[in-house]
Amino acid sequence: MEPKVTLQVKDLKTHFKTRKGIVKAVDGVSFDLHQGEIFGVVGESGCGKSVTAQTILGLVGKNKHELISGEVLFEGENLLTKTDEEMRQIRGKDLSVVFQDPMTSLNPLFTVGTQIAEVPRFHDNATKQEGWSKAVDMLGKVNIPSPSERASDYPFQFSGGMRQRGVIAMSLICNPRVLIADEPTTALDVTIQAQILDLLRKLRDEYQASIIIITHDLGVVAELCDTVAVMYAGSIVEKTNVKNLFKNPRHPYTKGLLASLPRPKDRTRLKTIDGQPPDLHEDHEGCLFAMRCSEVESFCETQKPLLKSIDQEQKHQVACFKEEEVPDAERISPGK
Amino acid sequence: MQKELVRVSNLKKHFDITKSFMSRQKAILKAVDGLNFSIYEGETLGLVGESGCGKSTTGRLILRLIEPTEGKVLFDQNDLSDLSIKELKEMRKGFQMIFQDPYASLNPRMKIKQIVAEPLVTYGYRKEIDRRVKEVLEKVNISPSYMDRYPHEFSGGQRQRLGIARALALNPKFIVADEPVAALDMSIQAQVLNLLHDLQEELGLTLLFIAHDLSVVQYISHRVGVMYLGHLVELSDKDLLYDNPLHPYTQFLLSATPVPDPDYKKEKQAALTGEIPSPVNPPPGCKFNTRCPYAEAVCFNEIPQLVEIEPQHLVACHLVK
Repeated sequence: MEPKVTLQVKDLKTHFKTRKGIVKAVDGVSFDLHQGEIFGVVGESGCGKSVTAQTILGLVGKNKHELISGEVLFEGENLLTKTDEEMRQIRGKDLSVVFQDPMTSLNPLFTVGTQIAEVPRFHDNATKQEGWSKAVDMLGKVNIPSPSERASDYPFQFSGGMRQRGVIAMSLICNPRVLIADEPTTALDVTIQAQILDLLRKLRDEYQASIIIITHDLGVVAELCDTVAVMYAGSIVEKTNVKNLFKNPRHPYTKGLLASLPRPKDRTRLKTIDGQPPDLHEDHEGCLFAMRCSEVESFCETQKPLLKSIDQEQKHQVACFKEEEVPDAERISPGK
Repeated sequence: MQKELVRVSNLKKHFDITKSFMSRQKAILKAVDGLNFSIYEGETLGLVGESGCGKSTTGRLILRLIEPTEGKVLFDQNDLSDLSIKELKEMRKGFQMIFQDPYASLNPRMKIKQIVAEPLVTYGYRKEIDRRVKEVLEKVNISPSYMDRYPHEFSGGQRQRLGIARALALNPKFIVADEPVAALDMSIQAQVLNLLHDLQEELGLTLLFIAHDLSVVQYISHRVGVMYLGHLVELSDKDLLYDNPLHPYTQFLLSATPVPDPDYKKEKQAALTGEIPSPVNPPPGCKFNTRCPYAEAVCFNEIPQLVEIEPQHLVACHLVK
């Protein structure tokens, strides 16, 4: 049986109004997150992966320069229509987040324990003592040695890896059903990264939490994720399970990314993707990857490919005309 | 035998971080604590380690951007620490540096031409500027027609290539590249690695490549040194190191690195517990003893020396024989 869908994102768009025009940072992203699933979002800088996360969490879209459309369904309710106050009740409790930089996500003026205890005090009306003992408990669970003493430390007394574990403790203290981790290990060393990845895996196994992990590191994806979405210039270009992604990548961008990784034992030239991602200030017709694509056809430049399943079980979706048997675009475009 | 270009012997750099002049106790941070190694002509030596292990300090010491506390750096048989400022300047023509952050290492108020020409101006090659700038820009695949643009008009990968062009302007023999691809996206990283690889073959450059990413180092280097808390713990031919890591720290480091292949089954070593101890108060004996699961009594008393275990493979561990 398919596990339950906990979070459903439908045609999410986040556009920013700027002086140079509208930037389509996220342009039609859809995916389902199942219970107990670790869902990876990969892509290069500026592809919209962090903005997607921030939109889901209700952290953008609050002023008139930020235009949002689409739906984010969590427990049957659309998060995008909720008020700030309603989002505050959900965020940190059912839906929580770990940001990239552990150095700046803790307040330097308060002890780590106080900051963690604030979460149950706000959401569960816990008393000061209850909150504190929960915080100490949680710090122990994320492997901080002698948690009862360390809880009274200030963030500067923690190392980078410990701070990130403190932030993770904070995000898990109310047993969230969905955890969004935005580059949780990018600022950390590899041996510490391995500890954090182990921790995330344990969390999924013990609490059946669903995790969205945003990263640019394909190694982390291969180690941790069940399902992966590859983003490029604001859209998902390929979405499939981890195995398919690495063994049978179909979108030219995914293929290019995988080929550009340095392989052990191989000192031949690395393959590169020529060119740069498009400037999202400008309006683009057609596939946004067309100008860098090695398999480009004339119709790619005039029409935008949609994310479509290419297998029976609907487990592998690609947004590329080359993967469609009779490309829609070919039928439509005159003269073909 | 290849010719030795750089020889580092017993190199140390201790920073005095005593907080107040009133404190009685001196706090000394031993960033680099007794390094011995050579870099041979035409090779790339990779230096890996986690943050705070002293790899960047080592790069800076070799170029004498900072003064060593103790020890020597020989460049082409010349002791750099003995040279006068004038002699050092002459010597420095032969070595250059590529920095990590392509956004911070180019002056936003200077045009590309001025940036790349700056080393030429410093050394009085004013007449050759036009020709030389054009030449090096072509070498890094940036069209010389962009010479009059400013850095903000370039992407991260292009900026890093401009940094490389500037390093090449004086035709150096030796380049220290300090995390040159860490700030770049995957597909751009590949472009820069390819470029460094090609330039080395074309110009016979010698490179010291400092990075924390083991797969990048494996790709670009001929030999690799692993650092931990200011010490080299393993120094070896690349293939020997990656196929048969002998120091426990190297083994953990390799097993902790995520491999972009979901089928890859590593002999799952339990993740390394704990963190790097503070370099201000490092543990006595082997610096790794606080995290090493194999540590024995001797590891807590004596600092292990880097010894050759097999040809081309040096390890500093009491337990590896």
